[in-house]
Amino acid sequence: MNGLLKFITCGSVDDGKSTLIGHILYDSKLLYADQEKALLLDSKVGSRGGEIDYSLLLDGLMAEREQGITIDVAYRYFTTEKRSFIVADTPGHEEYTRNMAVGASFAQLAIILVDAKQGVLVQTRRHLRICSLMGIRYFIFAVNKMDLADYSQERFEEISRSIAVLTEELSLKHVTIIPVSATEGDNVTVKSDYMPWYQGETLLSCLEQTEITEEAGSSFYMPVQRVCRPDHEFRGFQGQVESGTVSVGQILTVLPGNETAKVKSLLIGDRSSDQAAAGQAVTIQLDREVDVSRGNVLTDQGQLPVSKEVKASILWMDEAPLKEGNDYLLKLGTRMLPAVVKHIDYRVDIHTGEHLPVQEIGKNEIASCLLEFSQRIPVDEFKRNKTLGELILIDRISHMTSACGVVEQVESEDEKPYFEKGGLQAGGYIFEEFYFNLENAFLSRQKTKEATYRQGDFVSVSGDSFHYPDFFDVISLDDSVAVLVRGRAILDIISLDDYSYSGLPILDERGFALKISSKEDLSDCLSEFNNLGPGNKIAFHNKWSKFETYRRIVCNENFWII
Amino acid sequence: MSRLSHLDELEAEAIYIIREVAAQCEKPVMLYSIGKDSSVMLHLALKAFYPEKPPFPFLHVNTTWKFKEMIEFRDKTAKELGIQLLEYINEDGVARGINPFDHGSSYTDIMKTQALKQALNKYGFTAAFGGGRRDEEKSRAKERIFSFRSATHAWDPKNQRPEMWKLYNTEIYKGESIRVFPISNWTEKDIWQYIKQENIPIVPLYFAAERPVVYREDDIIMVDDDRMRLNPGEVPQLEKVRFRTLGCYPLSGGVLSEAVTIDQIIEETLSSVESERTSRVIDKDGGAASMEKRKREGYF
Repeated sequence: MNGLLKFITCGSVDDGKSTLIGHILYDSKLLYADQEKALLLDSKVGSRGGEIDYSLLLDGLMAEREQGITIDVAYRYFTTEKRSFIVADTPGHEEYTRNMAVGASFAQLAIILVDAKQGVLVQTRRHLRICSLMGIRYFIFAVNKMDLADYSQERFEEISRSIAVLTEELSLKHVTIIPVSATEGDNVTVKSDYMPWYQGETLLSCLEQTEITEEAGSSFYMPVQRVCRPDHEFRGFQGQVESGTVSVGQILTVLPGNETAKVKSLLIGDRSSDQAAAGQAVTIQLDREVDVSRGNVLTDQGQLPVSKEVKASILWMDEAPLKEGNDYLLKLGTRMLPAVVKHIDYRVDIHTGEHLPVQEIGKNEIASCLLEFSQRIPVDEFKRNKTLGELILIDRISHMTSACGVVEQVESEDEKPYFEKGGLQAGGYIFEEFYFNLENAFLSRQKTKEATYRQGDFVSVSGDSFHYPDFFDVISLDDSVAVLVRGRAILDIISLDDYSYSGLPILDERGFALKISSKEDLSDCLSEFNNLGPGNKIAFHNKWSKFETYRRIVCNENFWII
Repeated sequence: MSRLSHLDELEAEAIYIIREVAAQCEKPVMLYSIGKDSSVMLHLALKAFYPEKPPFPFLHVNTTWKFKEMIEFRDKTAKELGIQLLEYINEDGVARGINPFDHGSSYTDIMKTQALKQALNKYGFTAAFGGGRRDEEKSRAKERIFSFRSATHAWDPKNQRPEMWKLYNTEIYKGESIRVFPISNWTEKDIWQYIKQENIPIVPLYFAAERPVVYREDDIIMVDDDRMRLNPGEVPQLEKVRFRTLGCYPLSGGVLSEAVTIDQIIEETLSSVESERTSRVIDKDGGAASMEKRKREGYF
């Protein structure tokens, strides 16, 4: 037994997807007698003049039978002597591309049907691109209706060549091409007598033999689904292990907060265990009180990225077009939060794969865009940690799932040093603009300056959203650095230990005024900061800093494009 | 990736779904029909939240025509497990004397579909778990795991929300609700093998025993109480039968069987030539599309 295989069939309309699966089920004697009886009865009144119409086994919705097409993905379960299968039969119409993508998100292998007479069509290309986008790595191209192409080897090879161009462009590694006839059964479950020139396997034996090797990381992570609190004693974090293993005694980090704790106990379902592995549903108890709630990620390493911005490839599925600046609810892992499509980088041309610069994205198009979340979250590239790289966008008003996508790149959070002198470095964004977006009610930083300021540099003390004096001091408590600004230039950057109150206004590295107007204030502030508990940081900032002294909120509707 | 067994994978998927609903939906309920799929669902819910009890109630929509043994089993189970069990009966239907003999498909509509809608409205549930499986029937095979229902409980099969990976969209407006099917991807065989693996208690009617039955066309119907309408001269006879699916006794066809252990049931299931729905008399009423039609109208 080769274990379970989840696969989909896709391709253009009328390429024979449902018929192909119906034929496999029929040939493999996988139908119950009552289903077979119904099939024969239905076929009598069907469009094949009394011949068995295998597609009727799958097209189960009334509208589908009426129109003779597949609208939504259908799941079938079957087992041969060699393997168990779940197949998602997907619709070929462009109109129902989203339903095809549903099937693709679940499958490990895709059978792409190509009509031998028509060759590779737009929809074939679209489906292939979506399969590849959604992470499918194994492909079987079934060149169908060979009976209508006189079982021609020449035609098959011609089509094979155009398939090869496509698979090369998408760098697909595991590709098999088989000439078949789904209605006649050639090379479906038995080898065809009409195509002696084809030396390969039948479709079914190919499905039975393909070994799927997962490319999964080995380090542990688990997005928290819920906190289990049956009484005051027990506090467990429930979720599914996405990768690696977790053991009692192991030290875990909670993202995005970075707090650490040891695993005190572990449950797999309702059974206590010393260790749990990828795929299992667990409840984890930690040895000390840490702040964990739904959406946090438990991991055994500090290397998972946490970020507010990602580049993602998305499939747009909504009638209403996607425009830059639109905001949605984003679901990623077990977290749901507002997100803005900050920039559309390009649309992928379905035919050629070319990247086209565009202002908006229409239904069933594939695009690359920059997403900004309302807060920092644990997120990773799809190809590295699958679950932290899958996302959907939900329309805030219609509640439709408007897009699905995968994270291609996590925008780095490592800020360059903002002030630098010798070994002293301090972060900050005192000279950067903040705008309030009227439409989305977001206050956002316009990240245009990648500047690092050094001793002697001139700085611009006023902008749209700030106005500073010509003479002031900046102190960065986090970095323990002070910056002396004199006459709109940086006089010096020194260690906070060497700093003493100068009588000039003191700002923090964000441009907030600090409420320090004497030596005593300064030493109070420093000593309070040095004795801060983990939960008191906000209270400290609210007490000591004031936003509106030098900064102001200005509105801007289209600041993304600036 | 995991080397979990097929059943372990299905179990983990179901638990994930059940937890997502508990974490994201305002007022969930689990439908409990007392059948084997419901027994599996209950077991999964207990596992999903352990050591906590499931944070939602269980709802049984009673048509008043269930097998006696089912009701006994239901009450015993609820008491032993300490779960919150709600029973809902369409009292209006009872008062009007709606019964499976005289009213055919309107019986199912009034006592099951309408009763379910009434119950969901009465308690204001926003999400209801059901034990539907995609291998049962062709329109079920097309349904999402999180299946959206309008304020009138209608299903729109042509316009289902896309459902990617396990990123379930649970956003709804007041009045709308979601039906959730955690065991969508299980087959009848998986259910039986899981019942065996986990030693899950099920109603004894699933095992073959001598029971008083009458033959009606192709169906074997058990005479569970004296409300059963016998034809003139008809006398119930004892046959060794079991049931593949359980519901209202006049509508549940039994099969002649010698299977008295789970293993024997699994054996019979594997070699069966008929799908389990043939033993549900209601599914034949209305042709191939009858299930989809009932679902559009609010049936589970």
